[in-house]
Amino acid sequence: MLLISCPWCGQRDESEFTCGGEAHILRPADPDALSDPEWADYLFMRTNPKGRHRERWCHTHGCGRWFNMERDTATHDIVSVYRMGEAPPDDRDGNSS
Amino acid sequence: MTRYSIFRLARNALAYRPNWPRAWRSPDPRPAYDVVIVGGGGHGLATAYYLAKEHGVSNIAVLEKGWLGGGNTGRNTTIIRSNYLWDESAHLYEKALQLYEGLSRELNFNIMLSQRGVLNLAHNEHDLKEMSRRVRAIRLNGIDSEMLDPQGVKAEVPVINISRQVRYPILGASLQRRGGVARHDAVAWGFARAADARGVDIVQNCEVTGLDVVNSRVRGLRTSRGTIAARKVGLVAAGHSSVLAAMAGLRLPIESHPLQAMVSEPIKPVLNSVVMSNTVHVYLSQSDKGELVIGAGIDGYNSYAQRGSFQIIEGQMGALLELFPSFSRLRMLRQWGGIVDVCPDASPIVGKTPVEGLYINCGWGTGGFKATPGSGWAFAHTIAQDRPHALNAPFTLERFSTGALIDEHGAAAVAH
Ligand SMILES: Cc1cc2nc3c(=O)[nH]c(=O)nc-3n(C[C@H](O)[C@H](O)[C@H](O)COP(=O)(O)OP(=O)(O)OC[C@H]3O[C@@H](n4cnc5c(N)ncnc54)[C@H](O)[C@@H]3O)c2cc1C
Ligand SMILES: [Zn+2]
Repeated sequence: MLLISCPWCGQRDESEFTCGGEAHILRPADPDALSDPEWADYLFMRTNPKGRHRERWCHTHGCGRWFNMERDTATHDIVSVYRMGEAPPDDRDGNSS
Repeated sequence: MTRYSIFRLARNALAYRPNWPRAWRSPDPRPAYDVVIVGGGGHGLATAYYLAKEHGVSNIAVLEKGWLGGGNTGRNTTIIRSNYLWDESAHLYEKALQLYEGLSRELNFNIMLSQRGVLNLAHNEHDLKEMSRRVRAIRLNGIDSEMLDPQGVKAEVPVINISRQVRYPILGASLQRRGGVARHDAVAWGFARAADARGVDIVQNCEVTGLDVVNSRVRGLRTSRGTIAARKVGLVAAGHSSVLAAMAGLRLPIESHPLQAMVSEPIKPVLNSVVMSNTVHVYLSQSDKGELVIGAGIDGYNSYAQRGSFQIIEGQMGALLELFPSFSRLRMLRQWGGIVDVCPDASPIVGKTPVEGLYINCGWGTGGFKATPGSGWAFAHTIAQDRPHALNAPFTLERFSTGALIDEHGAAAVAH
């Protein structure tokens, strides 16, 4: 079981949380201009990397708030937790992952 | 290939030095092939077998990064059935079931198919209505399926609890009598041996690390055992499909999740059919060794680690005891996980890709073991003819752009 640090509540067991999948997928600015393949890419296509993955989580059985997490899908290591709307810590340091 | 038979068994049993030759060769990869299949699970091996047998392709390799059947093929709970809602799925899964029915003879390898019947339980009014709709749709497709009331369930599975005094009472079930289980390793080994006998090179410990694509045409592969040129490449890598597709610059509507299962200590025969419940989410059967083989739901997060979290199997045990309170003192022996390739509409992708000569077979998620021979059969046709067979034509990657999804969450909701 993962031990997850909610940005508001601190460390809690994974069973209190729900994973909401890949983060930073932006709703298209001009939906009318999108082609069918572009819609498919937005709605269905996912990066699904083996390695570092940025994803959304919700503290469902706690404060009920959403936040972002960067986690390694091969080792389950949690790299960082950051709030909605914040840039991933790695990007802020100027590295990209 | 040495034919297996009762006479050979007897001769070897009595011989001073039994002579059981290796079931398949272990060749080094050659520099070039007509077709390279990436992934030595059941689906990849079946594809290679039917390419050689039905389409006369002779120059084929199957590349496997680990050992044969070491992926989901060797980790699944082996439930086989064809009771799917939509015509497209019903036809594909039924083709697979029919091939399974003749497979031991076809491959000269006992895959231990046991058509002991599969029950899907209903626990509320909605389940019952949805189930009776599905049973009727399945019968319209000429596939066997019937509804049972609680007494009917009890008659099939005497050890189950049909009391109304529980949180999720059993209100009925659908039953496919031709459904059942098979030995998963035997399916992989049987296809491997029969493909090898037709000249297919099965190369284990050979990881594909890159795909060479020139002018959106596939030219070959980079592997841990050198570069290999190929006219056509079929990706059949289940949980690793997104990783391989990315090597050709493609994105897939797939997410990889852990799916866990476990077995109990062996006990005397107690369960004669396969029992599945979407609502409480557990599915089980009893193996010939006497162990209960019990499957869970997927873990919620993406993972490639072949293990999941403890609360998932805790929930799975709760569901088991809801149906079978008498199993409460059984001890669990082993627990493991596989990485399943989950597709948004719970249906697979079997077809061409935007890269010429590159084909993909994935998205079987939690339920592709039952499809193994049918998937290989249809995929072999797609690769050999460069166009899908009618059976897999609806299961394209383009359906996510056209919107023609094949929503099988009802028939596939329980991971199995
Ligand atoms: C716990 C569990 C229970 C299940 N229960 C059922 C069930 O009851 N009924 C059912 O129908 N289905 C079930 N399934 C699903 C079923 O197991 C799969 O859908 C099916 O076995 C997939 O077969 P495959 O050959 O496509 O994949 P796999 O057997 O996973 O084969 C893919 C292979 O590709 C190899 N590979 C990956 N990347 C590379 C690379 N870069 N280079 C070379 N090789 C590579 C892997 O090592 C692997 O061996 C279950 C799955 C799990 C995990
Ligand atoms: Zn919180």
